[in-house]
Amino acid sequence: MKAAQETVLYEQAMDPQFLDEVYGIPGGEKIKDCIQCGTCSGSCPVAWAMEETPRKIFAMIRAGMRDRVLDSLTIWTCASCYQCAERCPQEIKVTDVMYMLKRMAIRENRKRSKHARALSEAFVAIVNRCGRNRETELMARYMLTADPLGAFAAAPIGWSLRAHGRLPLMGSRVREIKNLRKIVAKAQELGGE
Amino acid sequence: MRYAYYPGCSLDATGRPYGESVNAVAAALGIELVEIDDWNCCGATAYMNVNEVLSFCLSARNLSQAARTGGPLVTACSACFTNLRKTEAYLVKFPNLKSKVDQALAEGGIRYDGGIETKHFLQVVVEDIGLDRVKTMVKRPLHDLRVAPYYGCQIARPYGIEDNADNPEMLDRLIAALGATPTYYPMKTGCCGGSLMGTREEVALRLCRNLLLCAQQDRADCIAVTCPLCQMNLDAYQGRINRVYGTDFHFPIVYFTQLMGLAFQLKVEDLGLQRCIEPATPVMARFTQEAP
Repeated sequence: MKAAQETVLYEQAMDPQFLDEVYGIPGGEKIKDCIQCGTCSGSCPVAWAMEETPRKIFAMIRAGMRDRVLDSLTIWTCASCYQCAERCPQEIKVTDVMYMLKRMAIRENRKRSKHARALSEAFVAIVNRCGRNRETELMARYMLTADPLGAFAAAPIGWSLRAHGRLPLMGSRVREIKNLRKIVAKAQELGGE
Repeated sequence: MRYAYYPGCSLDATGRPYGESVNAVAAALGIELVEIDDWNCCGATAYMNVNEVLSFCLSARNLSQAARTGGPLVTACSACFTNLRKTEAYLVKFPNLKSKVDQALAEGGIRYDGGIETKHFLQVVVEDIGLDRVKTMVKRPLHDLRVAPYYGCQIARPYGIEDNADNPEMLDRLIAALGATPTYYPMKTGCCGGSLMGTREEVALRLCRNLLLCAQQDRADCIAVTCPLCQMNLDAYQGRINRVYGTDFHFPIVYFTQLMGLAFQLKVEDLGLQRCIEPATPVMARFTQEAP
């Protein structure tokens, strides 16, 4: 009986608000049109590396399985290649929904969000400071925060890029950086969704 | 022809040979690329994980800068291209989003009223300049060079070039115009993993292994790319793929602009071919020497 109880989700564990949250992104209302055809899963180049395929994720969102969706490895496996969004017969913006789920998981500090959060935070910090990305700094910052041991393994790739003149130490920056920061602050205040 | 040009951040760093060869080829074809003033990062795929309005604001600011420069906007990076096109489309389609973006831009003294069309540099070459013109520029046809045409994911997808999303042919036709042979390459719009190479390396390595394997089955001499991230993943990580999978791939991963420059007989150093980590020179040497 114990095993059976663990595999069954009861209504109390469902979050009826979850669908509405996802619904809030531009074009999000289309999610209710999902016909569970599986075109997204069949088109996905990384479905093999996910726990639940995109089709299942959509069923889970609609069922209100908030924790299971936001803790799933699936959302961190999406490479944003847009193949699913290109093909979805119901015109659901699958990639945008995945982005939305990533934002929610990062905001809630969900398990497994560590690497993507480290990369996004390093990226955002650099762009907020300079207005432009600096790939050398991004790689260094990301590796040191997310995966210090992996930094050793990645170092030869960094060195070979550098030896080929492809990782400069200095980078250009936006002149009107103060105005750009005002835009960033206001956009953050207005919120994502 | 004059274009507003958005180089993007990668073309100064890991994609430097792309920036160099775009400039060299544009000059040869008489395309005037006017860099848009004070451009900022497009947000890539990382900003979307943090704040949606913000990621649209970044591209909207670039579009506004482009409007001041005048002319159609061109970029060579597929990720920048997607973000610029997507932003333009979303601002038209979703008024609620537009009003938030407008408010945020206003804080920085900027307005964007829409109407900027963004093109990929590949489109400029094939559609605006035209392959007939390209052919007249070819001084050394790339005969007997088998090139796998790799478009990558974002260039042909929802906001991308108006070509068949599953079987685009723009790059194939360009390769043929240069005298080379485009291979069948059924994975031409497959995904390289993008930034998963940082966050889930084992997944991205396998995607790239499959792309290289497909080129091998095609008996390709090299892979032509249209995106700096595809180039870096396939080129800089090829050695690691060989170690992890016990393969022995040595494919030069070249930008389509580098192939053009080679056929136009531009200087090799101006094309950045020496910056390929998996050396391009052994395969390309026969086209850089004096014709017999």
